[in-house]
Amino acid sequence: MGNILVKQISKEFCNRRHVNRDNDHLCPHGDVIPVLNKIDLEIKEGEMACLLGPSGCGKSTLLRIIAGFDKQTSGSLTINGKAVDGPSSNNIFVFQHSGLLPWMTVWQNVELGLRHIKNPEGKNHVILEYIQMVELDGFEHHYPYQLSGGMQRRAELARALAVNPDILIMDEPFSGLDFLTHMKMREEVVNMHQFLEKTILMVTHDIDDALIMGDRVVVFSNRPSEIKVNRRLDFSHPRIFEKNPELQDIRDELFLMLGVSYGV
Amino acid sequence: MMPCAKPILTPLLSFIICILLWELTVRYSGWDKNIFPDPLTVLISMGELIRSGCLLKHTVASLFRVTAGFYLAAILGIPLGIFLGRNYTAALFFNPIINFLRPISPLAWIPLAMLWFGIGDQPAIFLIFLSSFFPIVVATTVAVQSINPTYFYVAANFDFNKYEVLSKIVIPAIIPSIVTSLRLTVTIAWIVVVAAEMIAVQSGLGYLILDSRNGLRMDYVMDAMIVIGLIGLFLDYIMRRLSNIESTVWATVER
Ligand SMILES: Nc1ncnc2c1ncn2[C@@H]1O[C@H](COP(=O)(O)OP(=O)(O)OP(=O)(O)O)[C@@H](O)[C@H]1O
Ligand SMILES: [Mg+2]
Repeated sequence: MGNILVKQISKEFCNRRHVNRDNDHLCPHGDVIPVLNKIDLEIKEGEMACLLGPSGCGKSTLLRIIAGFDKQTSGSLTINGKAVDGPSSNNIFVFQHSGLLPWMTVWQNVELGLRHIKNPEGKNHVILEYIQMVELDGFEHHYPYQLSGGMQRRAELARALAVNPDILIMDEPFSGLDFLTHMKMREEVVNMHQFLEKTILMVTHDIDDALIMGDRVVVFSNRPSEIKVNRRLDFSHPRIFEKNPELQDIRDELFLMLGVSYGV
Repeated sequence: MMPCAKPILTPLLSFIICILLWELTVRYSGWDKNIFPDPLTVLISMGELIRSGCLLKHTVASLFRVTAGFYLAAILGIPLGIFLGRNYTAALFFNPIINFLRPISPLAWIPLAMLWFGIGDQPAIFLIFLSSFFPIVVATTVAVQSINPTYFYVAANFDFNKYEVLSKIVIPAIIPSIVTSLRLTVTIAWIVVVAAEMIAVQSGLGYLILDSRNGLRMDYVMDAMIVIGLIGLFLDYIMRRLSNIESTVWATVER
C-alpha cells in the first residue's frame, strides 16, 4: 500500500537571517517566502513519479513534507488515506547527500531498518541479501568513507529497501555520480521498481531520468511553484528516444518548458 | 627521510640540541651553578631523587589527583554536555552560568577549596575537576549541536526511540570531538595540578618544586620540571593514541 494524496498543499518559509530551529513556526515580522502554492498531486500505489523543476522551486521541500520531516503551512497530505503526522519507516527517504551514518559499516547501516528482527540468523540473511542485491558483497564491513560515491548511493538504497517500505522517496539520488554510474544506477532502480513494485517518488534535474524511469512525470514552475505538467508515461521498457518519436516529442516539450532550447 | 619511517630521530635531535644549548648557557653565562644548574648536576640529583623513592611518591600523588579530577570531570561533564546540546531551553538556562564560571581560573578557587576541603587530596582534585569540567561541557555541547541534522532525520525515518537516538547517533557522532577535547583538557589539568600542589597539599610534583625552592635546591626544581614535562608528553601520547581507535577514524578521513 503506498497511495500518496497531496491536496492543496502550500508551504511558506520564514524569511529571516537567523533561523532558530526550535521555534521555526514563529515568524515575527510576517515576512514569508511562499514556496509551494496549492499543490494537488496524486501518486498511485506502485507508481514511480519523477519530479522536475527549476532549482529552488520547492521539490525537496515537498518531499520532506511527504516524508513527515516538515509540515505544510496549509493543505492536507494523506498516505493510504491516513494523515501524515511524522516520519515513519513505511516511507524511507534517500537523501540528496549521503545519509549513511558514517560511523557505521555498510552492514550496520543496512541493519538499521531490521532491528525488529529478533532471530539473528534470519536477520543476517536478509542483510546479506540486500547487500548482494546492490552488488556490494565484499564491502559489508567497510565504512562509508571507504566507498566511492556510487557505492555509497547503492548502500543507501540497500538500507532503504531492506526495511521493505511501501514508499521510497529519493531526492536527486544520482547527483554527483559520473555518467556511467548514473546510467547503471538508473537501470538498477528501474529493475528494482519493476521487480518490487514500490511507490517511488524521485526528484531529479535530469529530464532523461524522468522520461526513461518514470511512470509519471511532474513538472513544477518557478517559486511559488505550481504544477505545470502532470503526465502519465505508459511506455514499455527499455525506452529509447531514437525509437520512440512520441517520447522524443515529450522530451523536446519539457526542455522548452524548463527554458532550455534543446538544440544548442 | 621516508614519510612512512617512524619519525623518532628528528624529535630526539631537538632534545639533544636543547640540552646542548642549556649546557653552553650555563658554562658561558657566568651564573652560579646553584642558581642555574647544568645538565649533569641535574641528572645526578635526579638519580638521588629516584633512589630515595621521593620522586616516585610525588609523581604517583600528582597522577592520582589528575586522574581522579579528570575522570570526575569527564563522567559528569560529557552527560551534561549531551543534555545541553539536545535541549535548547536547558542550554539557554545553563550556558550563562557556565560561561561565567569558565574564565575564572581554577587557581582563584584555591582559598575557597582549602577552606572547604582542608589540606590534602580533596582540594587538589576539586581544582583539577574545575579546570577540566567546563571545557569538557562546552566541547560536548558544541559537538552535539553540530551533528548533521540529516542523521536525526535518518533516525526518525527508521523509527529510533530516544535511547537509540542517543546510542546510535549522538554518542558515536561526538566521540571524535570528545577525544580531541579530552586531549586538550588533560594538558590543562596537568598544568593546574602542579599549581594546586604548591599551595593546597604537602605532596606531589608541585609540592616537590616548592619544597626544593625553600631548600634552595634548584637542581631538584629542575628535576621536577623535567618529570612534569615528560609525563605531559606521555599523557598527550596516550590521548593521541585514543584518536586512532576505530570509532573515531571516520571523522578524520576527508569526505
Ligand atoms: N529551512 C528553510 N528556511 C527558509 N527557506 C527555506 C528553507 N528550506 C528551503 N527554503 C527555501 O525554499 C525554496 C525551495 O527549496 P528546496 O530545497 O525545496 O528547492 P529544490 O526545488 O529542492 O531545489 P534544488 O533543485 O536546487 O535542490 C528555496 O527557495 C529555499 O530558499
Ligand atoms: Mg533539492
